[in-house]
Amino acid sequence: MNSSTVSSVSSVSAVSGQFRGNIILIAVVGVLMLVAPLLVYPLFLIKILCFVLFAAAFNLVLGYAGLLSFGHAAFFGGAAYITAHAAKVWHLPFELALLAGTTFAALLGLAFGALAIRRHGIYFAMITLALAQMVYFLAVQMPFTGGEDGIQAVPRGYLFGIIDLRNITAMYYTVLGGTAIGLVIVWRAVNSPFGHVLSAIRENETRVTSLGLKPERYKLIAFTLSAALSGFAGSMKAIAFQLASLVDVNWHMSGEVILMTLLGGMGTLIGPIVGASIVVGLEHFLSTSGLPITFIIGLFFVVCVMMFRRGVYGELKLLLERRRS
Amino acid sequence: MADIFGVPTSVLLGQLLLGLINGSFYALLSLGLAIIFGMLNVINFSHGAFYMLGGFTAWFMLSTLGFGYWTTLIAAPVAVGIVGAVVERLLLRRLYQMDHLYSLLLTFGIALMLEGLFRHIFGAAGKPYPVPSGLTGGINLGFMFLPVYRAWVIVVSLVICVLTWLAIERTKLGAYLRAATENPALVQAFGINVPLMLTLTYAFCVGLAGFAGALAAPLYQVSPGMGSSLIIVVFAVVVIGGMGSIGGAIFTALALGVIEGLTKTFYPAASSIAVFIVMVLVILIRPSGLFSREA
Repeated sequence: MNSSTVSSVSSVSAVSGQFRGNIILIAVVGVLMLVAPLLVYPLFLIKILCFVLFAAAFNLVLGYAGLLSFGHAAFFGGAAYITAHAAKVWHLPFELALLAGTTFAALLGLAFGALAIRRHGIYFAMITLALAQMVYFLAVQMPFTGGEDGIQAVPRGYLFGIIDLRNITAMYYTVLGGTAIGLVIVWRAVNSPFGHVLSAIRENETRVTSLGLKPERYKLIAFTLSAALSGFAGSMKAIAFQLASLVDVNWHMSGEVILMTLLGGMGTLIGPIVGASIVVGLEHFLSTSGLPITFIIGLFFVVCVMMFRRGVYGELKLLLERRRS
Repeated sequence: MADIFGVPTSVLLGQLLLGLINGSFYALLSLGLAIIFGMLNVINFSHGAFYMLGGFTAWFMLSTLGFGYWTTLIAAPVAVGIVGAVVERLLLRRLYQMDHLYSLLLTFGIALMLEGLFRHIFGAAGKPYPVPSGLTGGINLGFMFLPVYRAWVIVVSLVICVLTWLAIERTKLGAYLRAATENPALVQAFGINVPLMLTLTYAFCVGLAGFAGALAAPLYQVSPGMGSSLIIVVFAVVVIGGMGSIGGAIFTALALGVIEGLTKTFYPAASSIAVFIVMVLVILIRPSGLFSREA
């Protein structure tokens, strides 16, 4: 009785210490991101930001709800197509084009989720993969997507009707703001009663059912939210790079976002951020090296799965905790 | 010549034949997937990559080593099977005790490595592979022209599928396999080397994929991407059929090949997504799959 009280008190102080640590970390990273475009090529930073949000959104289903989706490229790439089309052909302003892409991804996520959740475990992965492949084939065939060329020269437009996004710095800060909003949404979702139910479903679905909750409903909400945020990331990428193409809907993209989450550390908030930065940075470096990128990505998968399943952030955290105790 | 819904019979039958051929490849692959899943509890994402490896090994043996078609058709699957055994021994084995997710991701990584490597060495373009001299030409059946090689592909795939099914359902070795699926510890206690059996099962099923690749080489060109596009369709086939029954997997694979062929005849634009639409319908109507034992 006594010892349990002590341990709970110490865990509370550990939590608040961790919280303080996180605040400092966020402040440092925030300041770094604000000055970063002075030091690094902004378009490269934008790419990292988009994938950070994509990976964080993906982690919501894999890391917290325990659902392995192999089809997130459909949301990322599908939203990119819709946003690009909305901005270029419908001449919608920047914000509405983003909204169109995000809404599309959310609806697609709702439909895919409703189907895939009817099956468990490994089947869930296969169904999401097959559904996403269907979106890929549609993107290849439908006239508005432009086939192999994709939708090119998408106009960036103006933020709030005044700030010209053709200015790369303005574009960078806009994407930074969008990513920050997305990350806050993920953080809120995870640290809410909803997020705790999700983790409970991952650990023991039967028990959650016996508590009178409906796991299907929670999984579907999480999946839809994740799809919407992935779509938001894809939409921002389409506008910033002025391009929506088949690369974004290809199954390799679904694989890449899994790797980012796995490599960084799934089920953590920081992990996907670290993982996305590493993978995008690595690809940037490899693209000029002449080495086979797909092979190296595959190798990273194998090494990650065999050697460190907690990911870079997870292993680091464990190391620090061991040193502390 | 008679028309069916405005389509000439010969065109319809030609597409049906193509559908059956695709179905044969789906069957060889989904059969292997189902057995691996049943025995090892692993979804083998690299199955498509091993199919591609079979095609390339056959191409290499034929064009560089100068082997004949028949030698190649045996040697290539054996080579792929050996690679599979090594993968199982060194990597996959360590993950049996863990969440399914990790073995899926491991085999996905292996698939990327193989595809990336071959794309790097050979480029994305396909390598031509001649039809063996004994199987060229065709037979005029009166209502349609039947290329001999295509008939051979369908027959040999079906024979292999049926033999595999018989081996598992009707032989003593098959009985051990099925017993080991139910309770590996007990089977091991009876003095059967279960780990070895798992290695051999994986090697055999991966070899089947390699065989399919070597068989497909003269029909489609050998290219690094040939496996990944196929494996996703095969996954859909597996979802539709359920992995509980081997006979069900074979039947579903052939039926879906035919459905795909029919779609190509009547509504070509939808042919690439036909299998996925069937999958959606099956999930809606019978979520556990058509031949699943879980119900």
